[in-house]
Amino acid sequence: MGKTFAEKALARAAGLPEVTAGQVVDARPDVVLSHDNTAAIARTFRSLGVSRVKHPERLAITLDHAVPAPTTQHAQNHAEVRQFVAEQGITNFFEVGRGICHQVLSEEAIVLPGQLILGADSHTTHFGWMGAFGAGVGRSEVAALWATGELWLRVPESIRIILEGELPLGVTAKDFALRIIGDLGADGGTYASIEFSGSGIEAMTIESRMVLPNMMAEMGAKNAYIAPDAAVFDWLAPRLARRTGRPLEECRAQVEAGALYPDPDARYIAEYRYEAAALEPYVACPHSVDHVVPLSQVAGTRVHQAFLGTCTNGRLEDLAAAAAVVKGRQVAPGTRFLVIPASSQVLQEAMRLGYIQTLVEAGAILGVPGCGPCMGNHMGIPAPGEVTISSANRNFQGRMGTREAEIYLASPAVVAASAIRGVITDPREL
Amino acid sequence: MKIRGRVWKYGNNVNTDVIFPGKYTYTITDRREMARHALEDLDPGFASAVQPGDVIVAGRNWGCGSSREQAAICLKEAGVGAIVAESFARIFFRNALNEGLPVITCPEAVAALQTGEMVEIDLEASVIRRGEDSWPFPPLSESALGLIREGGLIPYLRRKLSGQNSEGNLKAVEEGGSAKDSRH
Repeated sequence: MGKTFAEKALARAAGLPEVTAGQVVDARPDVVLSHDNTAAIARTFRSLGVSRVKHPERLAITLDHAVPAPTTQHAQNHAEVRQFVAEQGITNFFEVGRGICHQVLSEEAIVLPGQLILGADSHTTHFGWMGAFGAGVGRSEVAALWATGELWLRVPESIRIILEGELPLGVTAKDFALRIIGDLGADGGTYASIEFSGSGIEAMTIESRMVLPNMMAEMGAKNAYIAPDAAVFDWLAPRLARRTGRPLEECRAQVEAGALYPDPDARYIAEYRYEAAALEPYVACPHSVDHVVPLSQVAGTRVHQAFLGTCTNGRLEDLAAAAAVVKGRQVAPGTRFLVIPASSQVLQEAMRLGYIQTLVEAGAILGVPGCGPCMGNHMGIPAPGEVTISSANRNFQGRMGTREAEIYLASPAVVAASAIRGVITDPREL
Repeated sequence: MKIRGRVWKYGNNVNTDVIFPGKYTYTITDRREMARHALEDLDPGFASAVQPGDVIVAGRNWGCGSSREQAAICLKEAGVGAIVAESFARIFFRNALNEGLPVITCPEAVAALQTGEMVEIDLEASVIRRGEDSWPFPPLSESALGLIREGGLIPYLRRKLSGQNSEGNLKAVEEGGSAKDSRH
């Protein structure tokens, strides 16, 4: 019987010749991710009576969830993280303002195809965009990983999702992700490895590919996977060369060498097939990510805040899409348009290409690269009774800081168009 | 191990944000204080009324959303003795066991039990009882029971790393309960 991606990746991470779905293995991740929660994990780690992290070179730490520190408590939390980083000699540390963990670790080519990354963040599924196995775990488990270098994992069953054809104008990877979650439900992928394939996936830009595995956390997936191709290798190799100072060709060879692909006769517990031409813009309505409807059903809904950013949709092509929508227009009176680039690199490119100028001219507010208001910690928190349309991945009650607010999720272009009209708007109408 | 308490019943897809709000994740570090905010955005009366041993009974996909372990910690610290659900989200499932909080998959009991009823859960016998009624559930693995007895992953690991009680084998803990019901 052929092997799925998950079976191949976890066999490699466990140092076994082969494994099968259902098997429990001791896996050794190549990268262990944590962010602002590093201070809390460090306290747990110390309570183990261990003084040194076993593999400090495998840790990657960003400060991104509440940056720059909005309160003294947050500042103290950041200070504890920096102290831990210095004490343990952790080199893969990214300061306030560098950007969101999943974006930064991608840009820095810290994770590579075929590798295992475990992170204290549910959206660690993100790294499937490059064909890595990324899964979220809790704080205690990260502390255990720091101490021992390994963690038990059950090898997941796999679900295949195929997208055939080209997405219509105005329909994005975000719309496809929302449609899948709407169809399968918030627990439709519970515990599974989601493998994407098909001509519609292959045609996607790297930035669009990042959206899909990221969002699969919202239907309970353990990880997600897109087969890495030349575009992925071309994207990662120069970044690896820049970070390590090694020759480009050598880096390219290394990136390619790790890639894993499922066998043609691998076993799947389910398969779903979509025709790209039949998709349209979708919106997830409050307060559940699987409460998904075609945009036309909620068009006209009043919004007080439009938020463009997060690890799902805060990248250059997202800012470009928003800039194209708002160019020469103004944000509607009574509506705020908050733009937070996913990283400092995204911000710089967006400045160079004029997107930031266009967005700010239209009345947008610019935030520091990071997670911003996505989890209600920091900036752009709505007032009770207000409605936000967001390019994020989660619209749970209370998510953005108050339970008396509503969050709709949509693609960046829809968020931008809604900012211009002050009501949920299909950008193709502008 | 037996757990006795009153039922608090909730629905499907109860997520980590309503169990422990994200706005507190970097400002509340004390476990007792976490407990005071348990289920704040779903049932504001819960934290002040819950009694030690009480049991949460819920529908599908309990604990979906964030990896924040405080969602398990706040319930454990509030005194919750166990959670019985139709299914669990995978990270919450792991976090709960890692905090020593029993997570039990039993759709039949979920269908029958109502808020306020007294239940007893026998973890070794794998059965939930309400008066004369009883519902068996898939047994927790020895390693899951071991984690619960030890009080969670960190106490277990602390002892293991210090050379005591290194017999434990966590490998057999299975994620997700009977999640196959919702795998489509």
